[in-house]
Amino acid sequence: MAKKGTKEHYSWVEADRASGEIMATALDAEAERAAHPRGVRSKRPFNFARWFRATGWRHIVGIVMVVFALFPIVFVVSSSLNPQGTLTGSNALFSKIGLDSYVRILTDPQVPFPQWFGNTILIASVTAVATVFLGALAAYSFSRMRFAGRRVGLVTIVVVQMFPQMLAVVAIFLLMSAISDWFPAIGLNTHIGLIMVYLGGALGVNTFLMYGFFNTIPASIDEAAKIDGAGHARIFFTIILRLAAPILAVVALISFIFTVNEFAVASVILIDTDKQTLAVGLTKLVSNPRYADWSAFSAGAVMAALPVVALFLWLQKYIVGGLTAGAVK
Amino acid sequence: MTTTVDEEVTPDTSGTAPKPTKRQRQAAGIADAASGGIMVLLVKLLALGIVDAIALFALFILVTADQWLIAAIVAVVAVAVNWIYFSRRKLPAKYLTPGIIFLVVFQVFTLVYTGYIAFTNYGTGHNGTKEQAVSSLMASSLQRVEDSPTYPVTVVDQFGTLGLLVTDPDGDALIGTNEQPLQQVDAEFDGGKAVAVDGWTTLQFGEVLARTDEITDLAVPVSDDPNEGALRTPDGSSAYQYTSTVEYDEAAGTMTDVTTGTVYTDIGTGAFTSADGEELLPGWQITVGFDNFVRAVTDARLLQPLVYVTLWTFAFALISVGSTFFLGLFLAIVFNDMRMRGRKYYRVAMILPYAIPSFLSALIWAGMMNESFGFINQVIFGGASIPWLTDPWMAKVSVLIVNLWLGFPYMFLVCMGALQSIPDDIQEAATVDGAKPWAIFRLIKLPLLLVTVAPLLIASFAFNFNNFNVIYMLTDGGPRDANAPIPVGFTDILITMVYKVAFTGQTRDYGLASAYSIIIFIVIAVISIIAFRRTKTLEELN
Repeated sequence: MAKKGTKEHYSWVEADRASGEIMATALDAEAERAAHPRGVRSKRPFNFARWFRATGWRHIVGIVMVVFALFPIVFVVSSSLNPQGTLTGSNALFSKIGLDSYVRILTDPQVPFPQWFGNTILIASVTAVATVFLGALAAYSFSRMRFAGRRVGLVTIVVVQMFPQMLAVVAIFLLMSAISDWFPAIGLNTHIGLIMVYLGGALGVNTFLMYGFFNTIPASIDEAAKIDGAGHARIFFTIILRLAAPILAVVALISFIFTVNEFAVASVILIDTDKQTLAVGLTKLVSNPRYADWSAFSAGAVMAALPVVALFLWLQKYIVGGLTAGAVK
Repeated sequence: MTTTVDEEVTPDTSGTAPKPTKRQRQAAGIADAASGGIMVLLVKLLALGIVDAIALFALFILVTADQWLIAAIVAVVAVAVNWIYFSRRKLPAKYLTPGIIFLVVFQVFTLVYTGYIAFTNYGTGHNGTKEQAVSSLMASSLQRVEDSPTYPVTVVDQFGTLGLLVTDPDGDALIGTNEQPLQQVDAEFDGGKAVAVDGWTTLQFGEVLARTDEITDLAVPVSDDPNEGALRTPDGSSAYQYTSTVEYDEAAGTMTDVTTGTVYTDIGTGAFTSADGEELLPGWQITVGFDNFVRAVTDARLLQPLVYVTLWTFAFALISVGSTFFLGLFLAIVFNDMRMRGRKYYRVAMILPYAIPSFLSALIWAGMMNESFGFINQVIFGGASIPWLTDPWMAKVSVLIVNLWLGFPYMFLVCMGALQSIPDDIQEAATVDGAKPWAIFRLIKLPLLLVTVAPLLIASFAFNFNNFNVIYMLTDGGPRDANAPIPVGFTDILITMVYKVAFTGQTRDYGLASAYSIIIFIVIAVISIIAFRRTKTLEELN
């Protein structure tokens, strides 16, 4: 279902873009004609009012929105390039250009930024891969097998996921501190502990996305494989997972972005500064009133945002399809 | 979840195919087993071996710590896992078990446990059991006995727990830790001083120096009776007897301060309390029934924040959904015109806010909205001092502006997709029938759009209801409400209030925080019940 939705949606955009291009060339020609009103080809002079009523005002809206959308981004890029540290010093956009603040945030012994970066990538990647794996296993059984409690299971997963883990942050903290009394290696202040907590949310919306996608893979493929002697595990690992690769990528990416963004649970579980993630570390950094190096923070923010933004833009077609799957059919 | 019927059936045949006979099932099982290579089996055995090894290790630790209930649960789960994966049947369970274990422990259990904590006084000063409170009170008021003998000691270590190996004046060796009172052991002696004992590692001089802080904190009880005092060592080589200035009477359940003579009694509030109401802290954890809820709604200083925080949570979520949706829809309509050039570039620029991790965006906006140095006041408003984040009402407006910035790209993408999936012939038919563009939009496109977008609007509402990052990173819930005894501010939503009450104040009040969580829980439950019904009816409209 999701795949179909994505494809259809995509083809709409494609078709739309193509016709947009045609219209655009037509407009070009029109503009040219307007420039040479006495030309033989000129049938209709360029009419600014008509152009404005048709598409011109749309550009004005677009420009206003682009300014609104981009000015914080421009501001942070500019202040990250500002060698001076203060917030006030960052207000004159692009007045000075230098990479000093990047060097400062990367080498400041008080601020283990590279470590935060590494922790975040590690935790988010492991969580993403494990989430996809656990979710795909469950989605496969819901999609391909019929068993007592199947419907109840599906409903339970939807209902439980209405209540975000963040709600139980107190209980999670107390549970983890109890675990650390006996098993300090997976308790408070450990990355494994945090990843385990995140995996509690692995069965959920993501499972549903995958479940919908698995349902669109024809069961006849399974049957053919079964006749050829493949077992259920082989069908799952070598057929279903391969065919479902796009949705697995989407789920992994959504999970990755969610984990990078997660603050509440990470902040109570990771105690030592050098164990923390970017979200926890950078937030505590700027909320400390004695820390006045805004440019260094901006440099950190730019570096922290880059991988996520790059991933997002690279896979945006699929993400948008995934986010709206189930709704936009 | 129970799985009793385990046939593997493909969805298409489930309705029509007859139930496979026993022989067919056996045949399928054999075929299944035959198809799996030796590698698969090895991987399976290896994975199960690792799981079992971890389970055994956990059992060992839990049994030594006398945690029988948890040990039993671990054992049962481990046996069940082995049974599921070695069984020929139980196919769905093989695929569901890993996810369900995590789901149950870290999602279902924690939600239930939150419910339990809401009925306790858990928090700063009420962290452990009564025994722990007693020994901690005794330990915190230890004073050296003036004429106590000097005990030669050796510091020993067992799995990271420090202990004192003591030679008493009679020449006997005794060993004890913070939790374990002194007991006699057979030890190796060197010149009349016990220096080593089986099962413990003797700390060398360098290690003693490295762990000085831990060693000076050691207070080994002399016996099970806490009134007899404890041995402490200032240097790691000789110890002295210390007794407490408070005396515990277990039979009467009272603590007596021997220096002042004040008697503190256990009156059932989780702390020893004197006749004039003074509490000895730390106390201990008890269940307090509905106290936290009653306190939240009857104490005027708590009720007022709860009311405005709840109202603001709803307002914030509703306005956020509304503003992002209408801006997104407006933009989708504006840019859904094929004649317009460069739509692709506008689109990329406009989804950038959505691509940036929201905690970073909120922190950047917080910098820009700074009253005295921020970009918005200094540059855009030419040096004005608008209290973007420090005035209760302006802070609310700022939060909404920032959340609009964060959220409109999503709604734009969603509405764009929904608009483009409405077939053109509907519009053409309406135009032929003489409908005006506005009527086409309002009477045809908008209802069709809402059918597809409604579930996402509800999801968006649920998300914003708990949109922790925007509030916490932008205003930290502030400006702070000075009248409230808990750390709460005028832009706090329920979830940030829970977090702040539990983790950021002078005192941590897990009980009250969990009670607030339960309130959110109930609100979300009601909303989701309504939402599930409503979306179903909306779908039937289509």
